[in-house]
Amino acid sequence: MIDGVALAVFIFLFVVVTVLGFYAARWKAADLSNLNEWGLGGRRFGTIIVWFLLGGDLYTAYTFIAVPALMFGAGATGFFAVPYTIMIYPMAMIVLPRLWAVCHRHNWITPADFVHGRYGSRALELAVALTGILATMPYIALQLVGIQVVLQTMGITGTGFMADVPLIIAFIILAAYTYTSGLRAPAMIAVVKDTLIYITVIVSVIVIPIKLGGFGHIFTAAQAALAAHPKPGSILVSPAGFPAYATLAFGSALALFLYPHSVTGVLSSRNGDVIRRNAAFLPAYSLVLGLIALLGYMALAAGLTPKVTSLAVPLLLKAMFPSWFVGVAFAAIAIGALVPAAIMSIAAANLFTRNIWVRYLHQRATPAEESNVAKFVSLIVKLGSLAFIVFIPLQFAINLQLLGGVWILQTLPAIVFGLYTRWFHARALFVGWLVAMIAGTAMAASQGFTSIYPLHVFGGVWPAYTAVYALILNLVVSAILTPVFDAAGMRRAGDAVGPGEFEDRGLDAVPLDAPPMTA
Amino acid sequence: MSRWYWLLIVPFVALLAPVYLKIEPTLGGFPFFYWYQLAVLILSAILTWIVYRATRETTR
Repeated sequence: MIDGVALAVFIFLFVVVTVLGFYAARWKAADLSNLNEWGLGGRRFGTIIVWFLLGGDLYTAYTFIAVPALMFGAGATGFFAVPYTIMIYPMAMIVLPRLWAVCHRHNWITPADFVHGRYGSRALELAVALTGILATMPYIALQLVGIQVVLQTMGITGTGFMADVPLIIAFIILAAYTYTSGLRAPAMIAVVKDTLIYITVIVSVIVIPIKLGGFGHIFTAAQAALAAHPKPGSILVSPAGFPAYATLAFGSALALFLYPHSVTGVLSSRNGDVIRRNAAFLPAYSLVLGLIALLGYMALAAGLTPKVTSLAVPLLLKAMFPSWFVGVAFAAIAIGALVPAAIMSIAAANLFTRNIWVRYLHQRATPAEESNVAKFVSLIVKLGSLAFIVFIPLQFAINLQLLGGVWILQTLPAIVFGLYTRWFHARALFVGWLVAMIAGTAMAASQGFTSIYPLHVFGGVWPAYTAVYALILNLVVSAILTPVFDAAGMRRAGDAVGPGEFEDRGLDAVPLDAPPMTA
Repeated sequence: MSRWYWLLIVPFVALLAPVYLKIEPTLGGFPFFYWYQLAVLILSAILTWIVYRATRETTR
């Protein structure tokens, strides 16, 4: 049965953000036929916009559905999202201003641009670009799941192709305003989305525990329900399970800012201090994520029995709130899918344009040609993800997204170490990456596409996050091969980064392509 | 690098050591496992802000 009031509120909010998305093209007006403007918002966003933008970008609708679903299904393991999203920021504060500064100076738009400039290696650049695109595609596809579950819960169902029509409409609208407005669209929409998310979460963690008899009761009831699962769960991580929990959190934290969409958000900042301040302010979203995770326990305590765990939170909200508020909450989730989907498709389009199209197909591309290709590719990327969800089983996208986490972490040596040292030989980094990609994929596949690999060494079993094992292998191979390749006399290409170019102090918002102030 | 950056190690030590795998003591109905990690979250944000302020002033 369709909930008319909820649907009306939902559609109203959806229309509001659509208008905003198209209006965004005129915001801080500039020449959008330039990739720096279309793809990075002209690198001039201040602290508040970057806070909303990165908040909307990193804490996606999929996260908001999948994390409580994991708590609902498996218990405390799902709470790894909290240590994960704590550990990101101390690292981000130190590393990212360097990446921002060097990319700003050289007008680099993607992480692969930096790798090419730093090592002069096309192979390594291509490796980083392809890894980024591969890891991003399934992530975009999974954002659609967020939209799907709220539509289903509102009673919008159909059979066959008709079931997917609302999703297709939403995505066509998204594709259209991303095309016209570029990164400005998700930046503006993120302000609305995050406001709705904060309202939903604050109301939920006050109202629902009151209705369910307090947090003490919720945890007790959740423990009882988890213990009764066919595969029993617990509200506590066991000492034996802790290495998996800790490495999953740490490895995910290392990986997050290697994703192209995270880099896009970071590079849109107007200066290094915008990034540093956000390292202190973005944990507000982690707190929200921690509270959202607990919605999974609230759904257990409320005795809900959804067909799939991803429906736990939508059903809980529907059971606890009047229709109009359900509409607000569901709009928050659905719009929460649009923001990262837009940024991810822009980031993937930037990578394709800069590191594949320009590099291999059209080396003398003008800025306008670059921007046109990126706009077009952003459409293709979204169509691809849509096809993914409509035609391919969901589990395949989930498996690929999990692999994406393993893969993207393998670009860490080239990118992060590259910000500090040129000690590694580019070819050694390439071989390290290749070996780790293959080994990581094999490890994940051998475990039926779960995140944890039980390594058998030194007469014991050591279960830990697959991506971390693959990274260790990557580093070992790169470190061993570097002196070998140097000794063999393999040439090292030049370094485009000059002394002091990682220093961000004193650099500010003036875009590189702006006409000089004094001629 | 300023010495202030050492403060940023605190959240890693706090989260990667298995010291919070217990229910008691509870706080406001939250088992220790949960409120401890949420407390580290807030502490980490504060430390990050302190490091930002301190390093900004010493380098300018």
